Amino acid sequence: MWDYTDKVKDHFLKPRNVGELEGANAIGESGSLSCGDALKLYLKVNENERIVDATFMTFGCASAVASSSALTEIIKGMTLDDAAKITNDDISDYLGGLPKAKMHCSVMGQSALKKAIADYRGIQILEKPGEIVCECFDVTDLEIIDAVKTNGLETTEDVTDYLKAGGGCGNCLERIEELIESVKAKG
Amino acid sequence: MKIVYTDNNATTKVADEVIEEMLPYFGELYGNPSSMHTFGDKVDKKLKQARQRVADLINADPDEIVFTSCGTESDNSAIFSAINAFPEKKHIITSKVEHPAINKLYQHLQETKGYEVTFVPVDEKGLLDLDLLYDSMTDNTAIVSLMWANNETGVMFPIEDIAKKAGEKGILFHTDAVQAAGKISIDVKKCGVTMLSLSGHKIHAPKGVGVLYIKKGFKFSPYLIGGHQEKGRRGGTENTVSIIGLGKACELARENLSVMNTKVRELRDYLQKGILEAIPGSSVNGDLEQRLPNTLSIGFDAVEGESILLMLDRDGICASSGSACTSGSLEPSHVLMAMKVPFKSAHGSIRFSLSHYNTKEEMDIIITTLVPVIQTLRDMSPFWKDGKVI
Repeated sequence: MWDYTDKVKDHFLKPRNVGELEGANAIGESGSLSCGDALKLYLKVNENERIVDATFMTFGCASAVASSSALTEIIKGMTLDDAAKITNDDISDYLGGLPKAKMHCSVMGQSALKKAIADYRGIQILEKPGEIVCECFDVTDLEIIDAVKTNGLETTEDVTDYLKAGGGCGNCLERIEELIESVKAKG
Repeated sequence: MKIVYTDNNATTKVADEVIEEMLPYFGELYGNPSSMHTFGDKVDKKLKQARQRVADLINADPDEIVFTSCGTESDNSAIFSAINAFPEKKHIITSKVEHPAINKLYQHLQETKGYEVTFVPVDEKGLLDLDLLYDSMTDNTAIVSLMWANNETGVMFPIEDIAKKAGEKGILFHTDAVQAAGKISIDVKKCGVTMLSLSGHKIHAPKGVGVLYIKKGFKFSPYLIGGHQEKGRRGGTENTVSIIGLGKACELARENLSVMNTKVRELRDYLQKGILEAIPGSSVNGDLEQRLPNTLSIGFDAVEGESILLMLDRDGICASSGSACTSGSLEPSHVLMAMKVPFKSAHGSIRFSLSHYNTKEEMDIIITTLVPVIQTLRDMSPFWKDGKVI
């Protein structure tokens, strides 16, 4: 059994803001059915670029549902500029922490939010820069380097916990190892 | 809250009769069966009875029974002994759907000892590719190891046929019968396996005791080297209390074999039918015929297994999932992946495994609890709309 905080359990069993949002003018999606978790985030943004309502639809484990629920609670009432600064750690902290192997659930929340904001602003999210390392979960070398630097990740397992990269077929684990070493080497 | 326990392929309740049988040996009868004195000999006599009872369950001779600490130790001992017996043979065979006790061991031998491994695939019903299996058996094959029944789906392999084929080719054959024991009739004399593993806690004995059956004539080399216990085949003072409990559990398992194949099978079928009728977008994993009578693996489209389990747990229902998120890895279970179960239901697959302690009322509780749980999760899922997967 996972060691979930009471807050995670509460947001899983009684999720806030579930469902499609009528009149939503920004939508962001992250994850897929094959990944095992996916989030569709709906925002209603007013003329002052303030998020007046947010809802979600999530397929996934308890921490994926709880992270989605927490995300909508955090961003309601925020301006898009402030919401853009929300990180996966903010989501995890709001829930009193997530098990390490479940951190990717909070990353999924952050990613869907970024996409929703881009959707509202009419910005095309371009093809991801960098080179795809993990084919199973579509993760690039730049994303891995960034996650390693930002979160002080030390092992391939850490990278899998955060980004899922390497958690599928495992073919890219050596490459992930090299990337971790390259970050370490640069200090 | 009443607990409905349907996770018997994970572990089982220790039977009251088993506890009663063990109690004196926890307390006043603590002697060492190897001692010369009468006090120790009392335990030795009881151990002999347990060995006979275990042998009777699988139609072995008592001398062919070696007690171990668990199913994993039995599996590991069997494989290491086989490769020690034929050090020149560098090929070993198993399936893609084995328990980690074999699967990880084979990977270890492949990666660190240079063994060539054939992982025989299964079809979408979980049935073994027998042509590929038989074709891969060569003079260089040290051992074939296949589970009798799969822990996740309950799907059974034709062990008697395979053992015969291996025997004809002069290849050692081991079967992990941990899930099969007590659920189907096992006769080692008839099927002719070289080695067979059992585990106590899957058949209402305590945890921490297992069995390795070793066919007379096979030159077994011990895994735990030490004292003369188990006729030199496994060093270490015997876990007397648990072995005595296991003996009783095997006696009960023999008596209950018909119950397993009547009452328990009917309960499983009742549960299966009830769920399939009440919940659209649900499908059974594994062959419906070649399957243990107590096991039901069932997938629900567009929802995720851990979420289902935690909601069932809230309502006192214990089940298990082949889903990624419970085990820490991200992929669905290697068993469901090997069967190419589609992602839409593989992530939402739940295993209910019954015992003779379960009742029809409990099956009704599961069905009535499961319906709103799946509905709640589907209402939340971006992949479910208007009664189907999108």
